[in-house]
Amino acid sequence: MPAEAVGDSAPILKLSGVTKVFGAVTALDGIDLEVRRGEVVALVGDNGAGKSTLVKILSGVHSKTSGTIEFNGAEVSIDTPGRAIDLGIATVFQDLALCENLDVVANLFLGQEVNAWRLNEVEMEVRAWKLLGELAARIPSVREPIASLSGGQRQTVAICRSLLLDPEIIMLDEPTAALGVAQTAEVLNLVERVRDRGHGVILISHNMEDVRAVADRIVVLRLGRNNGTFGPEATQEELVAAITGATDNSVSRRAGKRQDETTAAGEAR
Amino acid sequence: MSETPKIDRADTRVRADEGLLGALRGFLDRLRSGDLGVLPVILGLIVIAVVFSSLNPVFMRPNNLTNLLFDAAAVGLISLGVVFCLLLGEIDLSIGSMSGVASAILGVLWVNAGVPWPFAILAALAAGAITGFVYATLLNTFGMPSFVSTLAGLLALLGLQLYLLGKSGSINLPFQSFVIRFGQTMVMPGWLSYLVALIPGATIFWFGLQTRTQRAQANLSVPSMSVLVVKAAGLTAIILGAVWYLNQGRGVPWMFLFFMALVAGMEYVLKRTKFGRSIFAVGGNREAARRAGIKVERIRIYAFMLCSTFAAFGGVLAASRLASASRQAGTGDVNLNAIAAAVIGGTSLFGGRGSAWSALLGVLVIQAISNGLTLLNLSSSLRYMILGAVLAIAVIVDSLARQSRASHGRA
Repeated sequence: MPAEAVGDSAPILKLSGVTKVFGAVTALDGIDLEVRRGEVVALVGDNGAGKSTLVKILSGVHSKTSGTIEFNGAEVSIDTPGRAIDLGIATVFQDLALCENLDVVANLFLGQEVNAWRLNEVEMEVRAWKLLGELAARIPSVREPIASLSGGQRQTVAICRSLLLDPEIIMLDEPTAALGVAQTAEVLNLVERVRDRGHGVILISHNMEDVRAVADRIVVLRLGRNNGTFGPEATQEELVAAITGATDNSVSRRAGKRQDETTAAGEAR
Repeated sequence: MSETPKIDRADTRVRADEGLLGALRGFLDRLRSGDLGVLPVILGLIVIAVVFSSLNPVFMRPNNLTNLLFDAAAVGLISLGVVFCLLLGEIDLSIGSMSGVASAILGVLWVNAGVPWPFAILAALAAGAITGFVYATLLNTFGMPSFVSTLAGLLALLGLQLYLLGKSGSINLPFQSFVIRFGQTMVMPGWLSYLVALIPGATIFWFGLQTRTQRAQANLSVPSMSVLVVKAAGLTAIILGAVWYLNQGRGVPWMFLFFMALVAGMEYVLKRTKFGRSIFAVGGNREAARRAGIKVERIRIYAFMLCSTFAAFGGVLAASRLASASRQAGTGDVNLNAIAAAVIGGTSLFGGRGSAWSALLGVLVIQAISNGLTLLNLSSSLRYMILGAVLAIAVIVDSLARQSRASHGRA
């Protein structure tokens, strides 16, 4: 099924005019976004562009103010994190959202434990090792509390957790920010593997190299609005221009400011 | 034929602690990093036993210890309930008053209104459940900190207790009834107490064997047999010794066995069920738990309801111990004794760490000190000051161990 579904099939996830208002601040303003099967959509934008807000709306952490979300063609409301998980939207949050007092296995299976009234620790541990193995994760022991793991190891655990339920869409918020070279490559490989299995991937990253390496489409957000969609062949300049605003480019402004300073300094002398 | 490495032993950086020596080494490692476990409690109990029996030899007599266990069951049950609140990182300061209200309900319904005692007890437990529901709802709906809502509840429940008891102020419960005999005289027959003493060790051994087989089948590393045998045998020996000693006097109170059974049951709930895992998750990182799809509000409701219901049950046991429901029930040091017992036993005030056993171990410490001071004929003023100091020490140990765990990268 996945192989032929790739390409011009109907989108799994379709957002139209999604808006989120925090008090006086409009964090998201009429966002449109589509994710198809077997597609990696990269979401880029500067700090405060609304990327993480969008992730939180799609994962049920925040509720949208207006707009519609369609999942597999039907309009849905994602009002709780449990609802997002039930739909098949898995999220790796930027702050990872792990419980430091629990061990790796408990964190991986949190909310999805095998056998609610008599936890099957053995089966959970075996599945945990299998998942970690698929990610080539370097976790020494799954019976250590999360508190004893490094940042990269925690990141791996968080990504593994999102894959546990075989979701339709997985959202990764800055997944490679804390990772070493090998793990970054592994995560990117994993993203491709997930895509090849016919899932949709939403990838948020500041690293344009990573983005261009795996993304099929690059959606740029700027100050809570859509600011263009690019293919993976887009140049660094095009992306930077879209991210910072083509007409009001902070790079050019910075250059201008320098110019002014040197002139002012010259006049003062 | 070379053996394929176990799934969880593939990483060479992990030291495999095999056998008895390995277990000992792992234990010392945990100790050094601030994971003290039950060690402070055991040391505390030994110090208490030595000090008090040297001051007054009656302290260690079997009959006094039986008395101590009778007293421990009521406070212990209240303490067991508050463990659930503490694990969430919340607190219930009204458990003392709640137990007082429960004993008043028992007295009023059973003695004054003639309701059969099982129904009167059920009514008291229901009052506890409702109170817990109210606290959780205040927290869920208005974000009212449990510290404040239960402090308000402490006063309100105390008022309710005084109102229920009316002008007389105290209701005597019928002496010949089962409830009072259960709380004052009923001890287990000797042979039965020895049989029951075998259960904990046998359970540990049985579950240990099961785990070993399952893990072996799944190609995971298997915990060593010698450790399992030593653990089970050691525990059985200690319990058998204690039971034998108690049987030199009056014997083992049924009420204490009842408390132990509830502790074991709750330990299972906390460590082996999804509900228990959710409690630890909410206590460790509430937002992470919420994002994992755990219904935090619902977990809070259950935890607070369990806490208040156990407090009410403790109140019922206290009433049966004293054979009366009075204005004094549940006041004074009951509240803090119960919370202190949980903390002394190793349940953190900061949430996410602890066990049901902490209620059992902690209440033994608290009750032993209380009993010893009474035997020394010390006034209650001194007793309060000493118990206050013990609680302070327990919290300091908890905080220090927590800091040490943080610096050693453990939760």
